[in-house]
Amino acid sequence: MTVNDLQPDMIHAENLTHYYGPYPAIQDVNFGVRKGEILGFLGPNGAGKTTTMRIITGFVPPTHGTVTLDGYDVVEQSLEARRRVGYLPETVPLYTDMSVNSYLKYMGTLRGMSPDAIKTRLGQVIDVCRLGDYRKTQIGKLSKGFRQRVGIAQAILHEPQVLVLDEPTIGIDPIQVVETRKLIQELGRDQTVVLSSHILPEVSMICDRVLIIDEGRIVAEDTPKNLAEGLQGVERLEVEIGGPAAEVLPMLKGIDGVSDVTHVNNNGRHTYMVQAQPGKDLRDDISQVVVNNGWSLRGLQLVGMSLEEIFLRLTTHEEL
Amino acid sequence: MRTAQAVAWKEIQLYFSSPTAYIVGLIFLALTGFFFTQDLGDPFPEATLTPFFDGAIIVFILLAPALTMRLLAEESKLGTIELLLTSPVRDWEIIAGKYVASLVFFLVLVALSFFYAILLFVYASPDPGPIYAGYLGLVLYGAAALAVGLLTSTMTNNQIVSAVVAMGILLALFFADRAFGSVSGLAGEIIGEMGLRGHFQDFSRGVIDTSNIVYFLSVIAVFLFLSIRMLESRRWR
Repeated sequence: MTVNDLQPDMIHAENLTHYYGPYPAIQDVNFGVRKGEILGFLGPNGAGKTTTMRIITGFVPPTHGTVTLDGYDVVEQSLEARRRVGYLPETVPLYTDMSVNSYLKYMGTLRGMSPDAIKTRLGQVIDVCRLGDYRKTQIGKLSKGFRQRVGIAQAILHEPQVLVLDEPTIGIDPIQVVETRKLIQELGRDQTVVLSSHILPEVSMICDRVLIIDEGRIVAEDTPKNLAEGLQGVERLEVEIGGPAAEVLPMLKGIDGVSDVTHVNNNGRHTYMVQAQPGKDLRDDISQVVVNNGWSLRGLQLVGMSLEEIFLRLTTHEEL
Repeated sequence: MRTAQAVAWKEIQLYFSSPTAYIVGLIFLALTGFFFTQDLGDPFPEATLTPFFDGAIIVFILLAPALTMRLLAEESKLGTIELLLTSPVRDWEIIAGKYVASLVFFLVLVALSFFYAILLFVYASPDPGPIYAGYLGLVLYGAAALAVGLLTSTMTNNQIVSAVVAMGILLALFFADRAFGSVSGLAGEIIGEMGLRGHFQDFSRGVIDTSNIVYFLSVIAVFLFLSIRMLESRRWR
């Protein structure tokens, strides 16, 4: 848990647990998000991302635990907490028979904006979300990508301190994805953003910090950079060895702690990808074997894991 | 309060742009028109709206749920309830806004039926008392039926289920006065007093009895209260 002493968390979640009937959707989830931070929830479908977001926004109460937004408890001081949230649920909820304009005006009023404030903000939001040509269009007639933009527009309309976006780029075309990411990063400068995704590059691109969540529990938490570095190397080595591949391969496989070796013959250059069991540093063992057999060690390199692999590693229970 | 108004205004606009509401209006006017003209063929017809009122309350058992079934069930179905409940809007404001919208549409329907009364006043000289009282009763009765329908709409995301359950409750309440004869003792008295029809009949005879007004206002209050609690319960389920 990240607790900054100087600046209290904008969102602070403690021991969040939620049961759907007998099934726990999330268990003992703790995290904090500072003002101006973009936090990403990363996890496979059904990991508990949506449940966590629904608890933050006050739509679903936690079975145990508490969440505060700007110091307001989402259950006890729900109304105050809700005033501070902009929310884009996973399935963008839209009144399909309303026009973009009247939908946004309606949502603005529900969020407690004055008619004047709505009038000034509406134009800005329409520009930011590039909905200019579709102001008067009935939402039901918009394509998926545009509906997503309308969804984002309603979430940011009232300039909430906390923005909760559940899978914000799902189902929209690649150009819009890039734009949406840019938009979220801009918003994240002064607002606190929590977003969920199962797309790794997206999370590592946008987020300041990533929570990897699986089966309702947080399995890792760090900056995208640290997550990649923390697991870098020791478990995967690229080795170039001068020696007969037929002999080298079984010897490498025989080293205690090696889980897999793949051999690549690149015009006579024999490189081996050595996968080690977690937590083992096999560099010494490998060089020992090479020297003992009188081969030559031409290269030994740690290979970092991509977030994708970390994610897979953390959320699948077999080793890579 | 402004949010309740916004909810109401949005729903009113939706009523006047949706086919369901116009179909309800058409059926209401066609059926009540039939009831109104029924006795006019008699050799000595009475200048009265009583057949209209007695027919209208039956028609409204079917039509009130049709007007209210969409109100919250659709929000659940579309998922828009997620935005509604995460907006800083109090639950009673949502219920009040939705209820007022259905009431407005209902009052427009009732106003259209003034046509029958105008016909009577132009071509005959009816006793105005039962007409005024009957309209007061009809408005109270309709308002109660809409409150019942609103409750069932908060209970499900299926509009059909909402409508059918509301019709069931309304029919049960409508015929509850039969318990006076069939159920003995205090239980019969209590169930009988809950009857919608029993409390309406005085109005169509021209009698404005405070107890009847209190009865309808109580039904409205109870069902609106339950609707608010039902909506609230989503937060602790």
